Amino acid sequence: MLREYLPVLLQIIVAIGFAASALLVSIVVGKTGKRTGAKDSAYECGMVPQGEGQSRFSVRFYLVAMLFILFDLEIVFMYPWAVVYKEAIAQSSLVFWSMLSFISILMVGYVYALKKGALDWKK
Amino acid sequence: MNVFFITTSLLKIIGMIFVVILPMVSYAVYAERRVSALIQDRLGPNRVGPAGLFQPIADAAKFLFKEDFTPAQVNKFYYWLAPCLAMVPAITTIAVVPFGSTLLGVPMVIADINVGILYVFAISSLGVYGIVLAGWASNSKYPFLGGVRSSSQMISYELSLGLAVIPVFLLVGNLRLTNVVRYQIENGWMIAPFIGDWANLGKWLLAIPMITSFFVFTIAVFAETNRLPFDLPEAEQELAGGYHTEYSSMKFALFFLGEYAAMITGSAIIVTLFLGGWHLPLPSLHGGFHWLVVDGTAPGWRGVVGGLFNIATFFVKVAALLFMFMWVRWTLPRFRYDQLMRLGWLFFFEIALVNIFIVAGILAYFQF
Repeated sequence: MLREYLPVLLQIIVAIGFAASALLVSIVVGKTGKRTGAKDSAYECGMVPQGEGQSRFSVRFYLVAMLFILFDLEIVFMYPWAVVYKEAIAQSSLVFWSMLSFISILMVGYVYALKKGALDWKK
Repeated sequence: MNVFFITTSLLKIIGMIFVVILPMVSYAVYAERRVSALIQDRLGPNRVGPAGLFQPIADAAKFLFKEDFTPAQVNKFYYWLAPCLAMVPAITTIAVVPFGSTLLGVPMVIADINVGILYVFAISSLGVYGIVLAGWASNSKYPFLGGVRSSSQMISYELSLGLAVIPVFLLVGNLRLTNVVRYQIENGWMIAPFIGDWANLGKWLLAIPMITSFFVFTIAVFAETNRLPFDLPEAEQELAGGYHTEYSSMKFALFFLGEYAAMITGSAIIVTLFLGGWHLPLPSLHGGFHWLVVDGTAPGWRGVVGGLFNIATFFVKVAALLFMFMWVRWTLPRFRYDQLMRLGWLFFFEIALVNIFIVAGILAYFQF
């Protein structure tokens, strides 16, 4: 069990090592120039930056994030169902109808979110 | 746990990252520039070396020697962390993808774990943190907008991505990716399940939802890797580069490395799930017509040639998909943001969901 995951760990270590060494080499051999006020300021197409860098943004982005968590959980529930489906359907069709009813209940929520305009970006 | 296992794993990892992915990323960038030039009737980079083939090496050297500049307004820690976070998941995801059969008795997959596809989703979705942190830590307006857009786009299309693979696992009944390839060798590729069983009506019916599934998955991969027509996070004309506007030198290069590595990993997963993985059906006329499976199990040099042939098949398929990525990029215009979200949440989400029940229904009413 653990033996299967050892290469994953090794791969993560090699990948992080590569990223860190690439950055390090770039610091060591890269040119260093003078710091000036204009160079240090945020890029706004040549204008002097106005206001703060992280401005307020639409509340819809939060809504999308919340809906994502809901529906992603639903998808996670479908994976074990998909894996056992072929064996279970040979015995009875209950496994098909139970998942269909589960999704139908979730779809009520989906339709509600749509009707509320949660995913309508034009308004 | 023995020395042989660790040595071969390390060899596979080093080979995968430094012999396959990094050169493939460099030459994908070169190919992208040449393909775009071809499509737009220009020449593209052709000065460094024969036909411009040394251009990627020149680019890499340039990235290293440029000034590594950190602007004053940024949040230093996250500003440095973001490029690494964009690249590491893209390279790590490929660990579970079988890129060949066996070579000298060693299975050509880095980690053959039983949660295969769940691992792919778990690790590849970490890539969004790199982009969000880059946008937030830069403390500048364009990167911030790019980061916010990107996070909401990536999570939206992850739903379709997750739903589109479920039909595959309804058929295979196992999440391990080597088993998915094994199933496709025995029962025909996922996009053509009728191969080898031509008289079975159920398998012909099955081809319709499987091809739909393939298209939904491929398009969701386009969105996940921020490729045109879904490249709103870095839309040059309106966001001046998006989340990597404030980055320079090697940190900027790591973002691009991550983006192209994610493309390669995405193509590798599409190939594994739908296009038969390392399998290439060869017609054999010895004793009647049948499909010959070439793999690395044959004794002596034929096993070695077979194993290498499988690896070559896999990467040729990946390269063909990468070419398709480029072709689409230089053909289609970018979506508007509300169109993008509507497409993801209304169209693909519903199609993928209905598709699952179509496959489940076919499995219930036809014999397999």
